[in-house]
Amino acid sequence: MDKKRYERPVIIKQYSGLMNKFGSSPVTKPMTEIDGIPIRRMVDEYGSPLFVFSEKKIRENYRKMYRLFKTRYPKVQFSWSYKTNYMNAVCSVFHQEGALAEVVSGYEYDRARRLGVEGRNIIFNGPDKNTASLERAIKESAKIHIDHFDELFEIIELTEKMNADVDVAIRVNMDTGIYPKWDRFGFNYENGEAMDAIKRIIKNPRLHLTGLHTHIGTYIMSADPYRVAASKLVNLANEIYKQYNIVLDYIDMGGGIPSNNTLKGQYLQAEQILPSLEDFADAITSPMFDLEMPHDELPTLYLENGRSLIDDAGYLISSVIANKRLSDGKRAVIIDAGVNYLFTSHWFNHKIVPGQQSGEFTENSAVYGPLCMNIDCLRENIVIPSFKKGDLVVILYVGAYSVTQWMQFITLRPNVIMVMEDGETELIRENENIEYINSLEKVPEILKNFSL
Amino acid sequence: MSNYIVSSNLAISDSGFLFYPATGESFTLNQIGIFILNKLREGKDENAVIQSLVDEYDVDKNTAERDFTDFIYQLKQNNLVQES
Ligand SMILES: Cc1ncc(COP(=O)(O)O)c(C=O)c1O
Repeated sequence: MDKKRYERPVIIKQYSGLMNKFGSSPVTKPMTEIDGIPIRRMVDEYGSPLFVFSEKKIRENYRKMYRLFKTRYPKVQFSWSYKTNYMNAVCSVFHQEGALAEVVSGYEYDRARRLGVEGRNIIFNGPDKNTASLERAIKESAKIHIDHFDELFEIIELTEKMNADVDVAIRVNMDTGIYPKWDRFGFNYENGEAMDAIKRIIKNPRLHLTGLHTHIGTYIMSADPYRVAASKLVNLANEIYKQYNIVLDYIDMGGGIPSNNTLKGQYLQAEQILPSLEDFADAITSPMFDLEMPHDELPTLYLENGRSLIDDAGYLISSVIANKRLSDGKRAVIIDAGVNYLFTSHWFNHKIVPGQQSGEFTENSAVYGPLCMNIDCLRENIVIPSFKKGDLVVILYVGAYSVTQWMQFITLRPNVIMVMEDGETELIRENENIEYINSLEKVPEILKNFSL
Repeated sequence: MSNYIVSSNLAISDSGFLFYPATGESFTLNQIGIFILNKLREGKDENAVIQSLVDEYDVDKNTAERDFTDFIYQLKQNNLVQES
């Protein structure tokens, strides 16, 4: 006789009269495969936990976003924000799609160069470009986006010393009506600092102003601030054109368009409240039509979107280690991936779904990682079905700021794979081992001997 | 081996709705939850309940025992059973 399907026994108290503020518990659909590959098979082959990236999804996201902008403004260029995810394989997919590299440190610059991106295709942003990397960027004709006056003066000195010319842009910050204002990066628009920097650059024979840049923040939840920001950069570009007869090559509107992740404390799911990508594209492109230069000379619109292109192409598969009851009766599930791999869980309630068919009965639970630390909580409350030890869960939308911000803490970082468009899986970063970690350490001779 | 006394007057529907008139509280259970509670009401002890889980469901003894322990804990917390 076939036995009946088993699931953990559950009993849940009903609170009549009190509305559940989350509505009826949503049925969490299990995710048993990624792009057609069973997740159990991936875990068998590559271990758990496991980061998985989907080549197909990255390309789809890129093409969709590109189309949205390209159908609204004729000249568009994307630039991949390395800090969002600078895994070589991931960057390569973006470069194959045509994205330039957007880097914010000498290290990221180096990564882009080693991947084969030429200097002229690198946008060099950020407040800390040290002297050595500035020299290199000047020599290799990178697009340097100047962040502050000290940097501007250093570049002027370096070009004199090196007897070189350089193309530069400035980063502009401004009041776009959102809080907090990101006014610590770049030159301020409202107080005239930006125009002052522009004048100094134009006066200098070695520096060529080729663009204006802003990045108004990250995970921007409404489209309007972009409209304000684009208008202000367009005003500056018009001013530069009228006063100096200079037509800029590009206007760079940065990144910041949100992904489907839901912020902690956000009442509704991100999908329900965020504007559509079309809204963002409209807000960014429509002010561009106020540019006053001749139409065949219009600047290119640059964009540096990060999370909106990669977040939902990244998955973290993790195994259930144990179930627990907390002292108040609440269920807790302990899984083998913790906040050390998901820095982003400090501000997002990451969506977690079962990795196999599960019972329909769901229960409010806490989800903890394996670290022996109280902070290691991925979800304080999530309505999920019950799990057995060894069951899999999939954490969704973890493609952005995960594998760049993860920590090697208590355990070693796991394998990262990519599911390729042809249905194969490829290892794109090997799990760390103790030899690799220890190879960086040195123990002073005098400390080498002890007896216990 | 533990024996459990289920509070009297519990009303359980086939769909898993449980009403406890003594306190006016109501609960929902999944099918396995109902199964276990009914076995306990029949007066089966821990061993017998676990054995019948293993006989009827696709579950091994260790899992059944562990889940049973957790389930009993929840029942006790809600004053629905007590150890005899
Ligand atoms: C200059 C710059 N461009 C682009 C990005 C990418 O931002 P996002 O991932 O929010 O699109 C960042 C990240 O903060 C940034 O600092």
